[in-house]
Amino acid sequence: MSISRGVPKRRSSSMTSRARLARWALSGPPLAFLAVFFLIPTLIMGLASFGWPGQEGGLSPLWYHDAAGWHFDLTLGNYRDIFTLKLFLALYLRSLGYALATTVCCLVGAYPLALVIARARARYRNLLLLLVIVPFWSNFLIRIYAWMIILGPQAALSRGVNAVLGLFGFGPTSLLFSPFAVLMGLVYVSLPFMILPLYANLEKHDPALLEAARDLGASAWACFWRVTFPLAVPGVIAGATLVFIPALGAFAVPDILGGTRGIMIGNVIEMEFLQARDWPFGAALSIMLTFLALGATGLAAWAARRGVKAYG
Amino acid sequence: MAKRGKAALYAAALAAYAFLYVPLVIVVLFSFSASRLGTQWAGFTLGWYVMLLHDADMLHAAWNSLVIALAASLAAIVFGTLAALATHKYRLRFLPVLVLAPLSTPDILQGVSLLVFFVLLNVSLGLRSIMLAHTSFCIAYVAIVVSSRLAGMDPSLVEAARDLGASPWKGFWLVTLPLLVPGILAGGLLAFTMSIDDFVITFFTAGAGTSTLPLRIYTMIKVAVTPEVNAVSTLLMALTLVLVISISRLAPQALKGMG
Repeated sequence: MSISRGVPKRRSSSMTSRARLARWALSGPPLAFLAVFFLIPTLIMGLASFGWPGQEGGLSPLWYHDAAGWHFDLTLGNYRDIFTLKLFLALYLRSLGYALATTVCCLVGAYPLALVIARARARYRNLLLLLVIVPFWSNFLIRIYAWMIILGPQAALSRGVNAVLGLFGFGPTSLLFSPFAVLMGLVYVSLPFMILPLYANLEKHDPALLEAARDLGASAWACFWRVTFPLAVPGVIAGATLVFIPALGAFAVPDILGGTRGIMIGNVIEMEFLQARDWPFGAALSIMLTFLALGATGLAAWAARRGVKAYG
Repeated sequence: MAKRGKAALYAAALAAYAFLYVPLVIVVLFSFSASRLGTQWAGFTLGWYVMLLHDADMLHAAWNSLVIALAASLAAIVFGTLAALATHKYRLRFLPVLVLAPLSTPDILQGVSLLVFFVLLNVSLGLRSIMLAHTSFCIAYVAIVVSSRLAGMDPSLVEAARDLGASPWKGFWLVTLPLLVPGILAGGLLAFTMSIDDFVITFFTAGAGTSTLPLRIYTMIKVAVTPEVNAVSTLLMALTLVLVISISRLAPQALKGMG
């Protein structure tokens, strides 16, 4: 800044072209890479969702050229199928249900832990946080696999549950390969996503506010609902978004723990691409999933703004 | 009343920690169990680890994972650092959005769209396609960590170098870059961890002939669970633990910010 002030006008124009070059040299390579390997593939998916499947699976060409000129071979049929075949609407609803249930369970499980960490002495705080982060970084598949062991038919949990069910005259049930197993898996892999933003929010609360409320005669319960929780709303919304969106598009958890009873939209997308090889329909299912996720993000942003407004 | 509330709070927090750790502890314990089922305790053995050492498929998959993670994290270091510098220096709207977008896109969408992209372009699926796919989501991790390092840097250091006659290039090379090194390393390790852990995106971009450690584990889980899975899982967890501790030493803010 201070150097360029004394530079004559004539040189400054050559400087700006050099500055422009530097700007492109920095931003160009990452821009180009992500355009090719993220943006364009995503756009192709959007286009493919209006296409027809190829004769041997995959995608038939979206346009062709002959003597009469250019022709486009597009259809809205994939989206029509999604909206008219009850099966797929039901699958989206079911996935939304799983994602919502996961978010609620994570909130209930994460809140006390986040609060305890936020109120811990400063020198223990980093250790307590690291203890949350370590299992979170261990391999995703291993974390799901662990639940296969816990919920397996030979495990103590299953035998205990079935013994209790037997007492009431119910037949044995399988915990694994069930909606329950999917929910446990989803909550397990998502819990840290709720703990960390909640902690980041709760850590900033001023303890004087709680003391003031208590001095004015508020019960512990009233302190929580009228002081702590309203202040925590932005953290809750941040965490809910981080949990909800990946849970909505989950593929590995229902694939490994769900069996046929716990299928989600992510599994159907995988089947369309790798087994049925109907790419356009799979693409349409994926685009719908993206819109649902974007809708949820928009809703969360809107709620966050309202929440902030309502509680100042 | 308040005391009881506090006890309940601590109990709930402890339960949450238990929920996080018990499943992983079970996997580690069973990796030393002599039972063939892999889900029951039947005395101590190191047999599954020995078996692992002789499993050629598994070793090959581990080697692939290592090569992919190295290539992807090195590429991500270059692209991510450039992106962080560009967003720090200039007011850019599009680049930061594009860099972070892969993090908020469901894995499965990234996986299938890259699959379609590679197949349409006749790129054969294998090591190369996995490396490219991993780089695309690893860039964000490096960019985030390096950005936070840049934001915390004292701008007067570079200005001082310039006032003392250093060219912009020299100022960057001698002042900015050395200060960024811990951030770049931490970001690179983070990218390495994410790459070696990735299952879903790899699953769609690997094709038929190539396997990585997570893909191999997936096959074992789906086809026939043997206690070998427990052993390889335990080793992978130990590796991740070392990586995470290194990252937290290099850039304490990196992990917390990531969420």
